[in-house]
Amino acid sequence: MEATATHGFAGLILIFVSAAFTDNVLLTRFLGMCSCLGVSKKVDTSIGLGAAVTFVTSVTTALNYLVYKFVLLPLDLDFLRFLTFIVIIAAFTQLVEMIIDRYSPSLYYALGIFLPLITVNCAILGISLFMVNKPYNFLEAFLFGAGGGFGWFLAITLIGGIREKINESMLPKGLEGPGITLIIIGIMSLAFIGFSGIIKV
Amino acid sequence: MEQLMVNILIATGFLAGMGLLLSALLVIAEKSILNFGPCTIDINNSEKILKVKGGGSLLSILARESIFIPSACGGRGSCAYCKVIVKNGGGPVSPVEEPYLSDEERKRNTRLSCQVKVRNDISIEIPREYFSVRKYRGKLISKRPLTHDIFELRIELLEPREITFTAGQYIQLKSKEYKGRESVIRAYSMSSVPSDKNHVELIIRRVPDGICTTWIFDYLEEGQNVGLSGPYGEFKLQPTDSPILFIAGGSGMAPIWSMLRDMREKGIKRKAHYFFGALTQKDLFFLDELRQLERELPDFKFIPSLSREPENSNWTGERGIITDVVKKYIPDTSGYEAYLCGSPGMIDACIKALTSTGMPVEKIYYDKFA
Repeated sequence: MEATATHGFAGLILIFVSAAFTDNVLLTRFLGMCSCLGVSKKVDTSIGLGAAVTFVTSVTTALNYLVYKFVLLPLDLDFLRFLTFIVIIAAFTQLVEMIIDRYSPSLYYALGIFLPLITVNCAILGISLFMVNKPYNFLEAFLFGAGGGFGWFLAITLIGGIREKINESMLPKGLEGPGITLIIIGIMSLAFIGFSGIIKV
Repeated sequence: MEQLMVNILIATGFLAGMGLLLSALLVIAEKSILNFGPCTIDINNSEKILKVKGGGSLLSILARESIFIPSACGGRGSCAYCKVIVKNGGGPVSPVEEPYLSDEERKRNTRLSCQVKVRNDISIEIPREYFSVRKYRGKLISKRPLTHDIFELRIELLEPREITFTAGQYIQLKSKEYKGRESVIRAYSMSSVPSDKNHVELIIRRVPDGICTTWIFDYLEEGQNVGLSGPYGEFKLQPTDSPILFIAGGSGMAPIWSMLRDMREKGIKRKAHYFFGALTQKDLFFLDELRQLERELPDFKFIPSLSREPENSNWTGERGIITDVVKKYIPDTSGYEAYLCGSPGMIDACIKALTSTGMPVEKIYYDKFA
């Protein structure tokens, strides 16, 4: 779209929506697969992990934006972004885990146990890496991260819902667990291709 | 050239600086945020009360206090060995634990101790035998083959020097790292006699591609030090006078071998049969020793049975699968007690066969090797 669409309030919403739908990190880029296959058995746990991923992605994308813009680029250390981003993400999740462990036991039981799982979730690293390829400012980068995380949340919750329904019926032995999940994801990503023509950012 | 050097220095400096900064941050955070202050752990209705520093998992805090709950995965919540009953103060059941807890266990407040955090006063129930579990350092003094895939290990205990256990219990052996395989903990039944307090003997069958057994067979040598903990387990002879059926094949002989020799030492005169299932003659071991026991125990019979022995061989003993042989010798098993040791498949088949010939299921005691 033209400059008019990508600026102002409408532009911000567009960034969020396109990151969540047209560029859905799980369904169009197939990132964050391992934790998705493992945890999407139930809607409850899917929502928990999805929410944790959304939160961590939003904040770490913003943090990584700052580090990239004000440290890596000026020092000409662009090539270190992989290492830098993953270390920052890992440290951040550890820190958040400690904080909610101490101050909010109920939130810890809802989210906290997923935090170690997502320390190495490639979707989160992926979103930070896609972010540096786009000409975003700080707010836009944050919304891009939040949108990407929300897209992952949406996808894993939908998959969890479908798996809950499907487990009630009979499946061939070889398709149980990851097999049927991959087929579900495949069909869902076909559906998400439908979004790709709607917005371009 | 100089520019390149400067670049390399900046990159290294940046990485090192970032690493230091972040780890310092995390260490400070851990010290200040995760400080739950002093907590008490009440074990078995005040039988033992521990004053500890809160913050860690129940499993690790108990280990620091020298109470060792069995655990094979090291606290990652994947082996489900470390179950204890947490009466209160354990917080809600986490999703990591859920798949490992049955409805009945949940009703009794069973939890995985590696997933329960000690953040306030907590009261728990554990089997009393865990109090006597110790960590041992020992030296392998002999390793000899019993069959083509079964070895007997004899370990001398160095620190502490003595172990007190009941025949049938097991220890956990810790393997060392080799060729990129991590150190793991595996459970093995003791085959030694309880009166030999300074030694532990194990009978171990090689598992193809098994992390621990490959280490034992290919890397562990006589004279090397090993780490183990124990004793664990409820598999032991019940104090009754009922006649006994032992059923075990392969390395499942270990606890039975210990029980039989313990019976001889203590002069226990119960009637006993030992049914040993194997494939062919090359899978048999301790034949002479068991024949010797038949003579020394007042009423003991050893009955090996081979299921894959060639028809025309010189084998004169029983043939066929072990459950059929048991039925042939003892058509009515009511009144007997059974002690089984082996794979889950073998145990399930035996339980089915024994209950169909009149044995109540609560008279069947077993050790399942997963």
